[in-house]
Amino acid sequence: MTNGQLLDGGAQRAINRRRYLDVLFQALALLILCLALGSLAALIADVWSDGFSRLSWAFLSGFPSRRAADAGIWHALSGSMFVILVTGALAVPVGVASAVYLEEYARRSLMARIIEINITNLAAVPSIIYGLLGLGLFVRAMGMGRSVLAGASTLALLVLPVIILSTREALRAVPPSIREGSYALGASKWQTVWYQVLPVALPGILTGMILALSRAIGETAPLISIGALTFVAFAPDGLWSPFTVLPIQIFNWVSRPQVEFQANAAAGILVLLALLLTMNAAAIWLRDHYQKKLT
Amino acid sequence: MKRFEFLIEWALFLCALLSIGTTVGIILVLAVETFAFLREVPVTDFLFGTNWTPLFATPSFGVLPLVAGTVMVSAIAMAVALPMGLLSAIYLSEYAPLGVRRMVKPVLEILAGVPTVVYGYFALLFVTPLFQRVLPDLAGFNALSPGIVMGIMILPLVSSLSEDAMQGVPRGLREGAYALGATKMQTSLRVVLPAAFSGITAACILAASRAIGETMIVAIAAGQQPRLTSNPMVPIETMTAYIVQVSLGDTPQGTLEYRTIFAVGMLLFLGTLVLNLVSAWLRARFREEYS
Amino acid sequence: MSDPGARLLSLGGLATRGGPQPAIDRPVKVQADALNFSYGTTRALTDISIGIHPNVVTAFIGPSGCGKSTFLRTLNRMNDIIPGTRVEGKILIDGTDIYGPGIDVVALRRRVGMVFQKSNPFPKSIFDNIAYGLRINGMAGSRSELAERVEESLRQAALWDEVKDRLQDSALAMSGGQQQRLCIARALAVRPDILLMDEPASALDPIATQRIEELVYDLKKTYTIVIVTHNMQQAARVSDFTAFFWLGRLVEYGRTDKMFTAPAEKLTEDYVTGRFG
Repeated sequence: MTNGQLLDGGAQRAINRRRYLDVLFQALALLILCLALGSLAALIADVWSDGFSRLSWAFLSGFPSRRAADAGIWHALSGSMFVILVTGALAVPVGVASAVYLEEYARRSLMARIIEINITNLAAVPSIIYGLLGLGLFVRAMGMGRSVLAGASTLALLVLPVIILSTREALRAVPPSIREGSYALGASKWQTVWYQVLPVALPGILTGMILALSRAIGETAPLISIGALTFVAFAPDGLWSPFTVLPIQIFNWVSRPQVEFQANAAAGILVLLALLLTMNAAAIWLRDHYQKKLT
Repeated sequence: MKRFEFLIEWALFLCALLSIGTTVGIILVLAVETFAFLREVPVTDFLFGTNWTPLFATPSFGVLPLVAGTVMVSAIAMAVALPMGLLSAIYLSEYAPLGVRRMVKPVLEILAGVPTVVYGYFALLFVTPLFQRVLPDLAGFNALSPGIVMGIMILPLVSSLSEDAMQGVPRGLREGAYALGATKMQTSLRVVLPAAFSGITAACILAASRAIGETMIVAIAAGQQPRLTSNPMVPIETMTAYIVQVSLGDTPQGTLEYRTIFAVGMLLFLGTLVLNLVSAWLRARFREEYS
Repeated sequence: MSDPGARLLSLGGLATRGGPQPAIDRPVKVQADALNFSYGTTRALTDISIGIHPNVVTAFIGPSGCGKSTFLRTLNRMNDIIPGTRVEGKILIDGTDIYGPGIDVVALRRRVGMVFQKSNPFPKSIFDNIAYGLRINGMAGSRSELAERVEESLRQAALWDEVKDRLQDSALAMSGGQQQRLCIARALAVRPDILLMDEPASALDPIATQRIEELVYDLKKTYTIVIVTHNMQQAARVSDFTAFFWLGRLVEYGRTDKMFTAPAEKLTEDYVTGRFG
């Protein structure tokens, strides 16, 4: 160790070479990440340039037309919002109730294990299969026809696993000391859940709900399967009315060869992305705002 | 009061049971129509036939072209997502400074959250024309563009699940390697990756299942021409796109053509079910190894 | 040997300050009869038999893991929450076996209150923390009644003067000592007979600890108090009776002054003189 080096020349060179490969590896990984992010940027830029010119109040409030320049998106936008509302109304109570049961009442029972495995599996079933279920069950067997109710029920089943999983996370985050304190005062299990656990878990539950619904609003395949018509040209006027949604209208326009309709599709995509952005921002705001409150 | 508690518990239980009802419902609906279908079409014709023309006057019900189309697109998607996702996972798990992670991870989540119909638009109207400049033989509808775009879409899935698997590897293993003078890359590739192997495999299988079940990207950009081929530059049709095609049409209920979507759906469901179960089993084994 | 014991007692022990004589001629309040308790297959308590007297402070002492907290929690059936636990034997409170058939656990926990080691106020206002127990037990009545009961509990816990102007503030904004006194007030609000305290001052600084100990001394006039502590000096200061647990068994039980100066068992003597623990 006379000249200030820890190793002899040969060993040191080997280490230097390895370190050089290390740097190369990092560069490669960064390149790949840039490629992925670049694709996202290209996608947004492409949609923006194609569709921005079509965005206007007339577009948002208008109805479809054979002439692309006159076509509007209100029927699909209102359809989407209405379907999502009904989906939420169906899925959230059932989902929260299921999660409460699994987390607070049946923690380690065999039944709970079976239900858990089942939910994990359902979360990975392709969405179009849910569409077939909706078609066979809601549209045909239960006679709902191609209505908003059938569509919302199908989407509700689709997002149920997501809501259950996120609600369970929120329930688990409630400190057990709060439950103990409540039981020690002579509260029953339901009183403890309703008055202590759920209020504390509420922000987490709401965040999960918004995220689940933002997934649902982008779903196309299951609604096509149950027959949400691509040529519905009116806003839905009730639970039993036929309907269409934003993604299906986009799909409709993309499938037309004329360039003008493709511009409409791009504009529709921008509206959809704006909707998603709002919902996700709301979810993030909720989570951060209440995080501060509890600590 | 006790009665009330009892009723509440039962109401909650019934809600939880609904999820089992969903699975039962899926199996029932698919099975009923598939069996009706198989009464008219022999199962060997269905599974091994190479001609899928159910809507013709003289129909043919061999599902292999659809399966081939699905497999080809998924294979291209996995070829993109696997190496890129894995490299990204290694980088984020072992190398990235906190600032980079905080920036990159949300963006990856955004990639995963874009609706698939938007990706379909992107594949058809941006990626295909882009590639046509380099590959003039590329058809307007093909398997290459949706495959690549699908790969980018499931890249975050591979990346985050693999990263979780690598984070699950105990620190002690890494430290042992560093103590011997290994560089980060050597440690990552030779110690962490093998240790996280079953977890990473589980991630890849889950991603493959996702690719197989994907609908809108292929419905928009891959075409509607069922074809048994290994050429990614021509139009094909996947199982999922076929179901969409028939759903958009006017096929009346109870006919054989109507039943084909359930038969194809059943095949799709079973395929993804097997993959999901294998993935879950691998993940459980991985957790056992390190707890 | 008697010197360290006597020294402990001379540290201004509250129990020797005078006050009501431990009434051992009154009937026993809580009687455990050959109690055995297991977590799954692990035996935690073996053959515990002890009679706890009313209106005194009884301390449970012993090294970590000896079962004193577990036994405390059997007295209000808090262990029922943990899945897989098994109880054999009896625990009689005022003559009724609380593990007998048909016992309403919810009613039991109203009569036997508990204060935990780490204070656990609910993330609500100070007022609502106290009111919660009253509301769920149907003891709420009119608004003014509720407010009266809340004030009464806070006074009992020596907290009223500090918080009377900020009852609507969040309970989480209080200091550790105040939070623990709030938990005591909360437990007292539902008017229990018995108050169980599981190392109530172990997370508090000495001044807060002293206030809790003074509170305990005052409260025993109205309540029967059982306190688990790993701090022997605290046991000597605060309690009238002491029970020494070791490895899930009750080794010795008797008046505190005798336990610390002339214990009958060698094991007890070794523990209180610090030879192990």
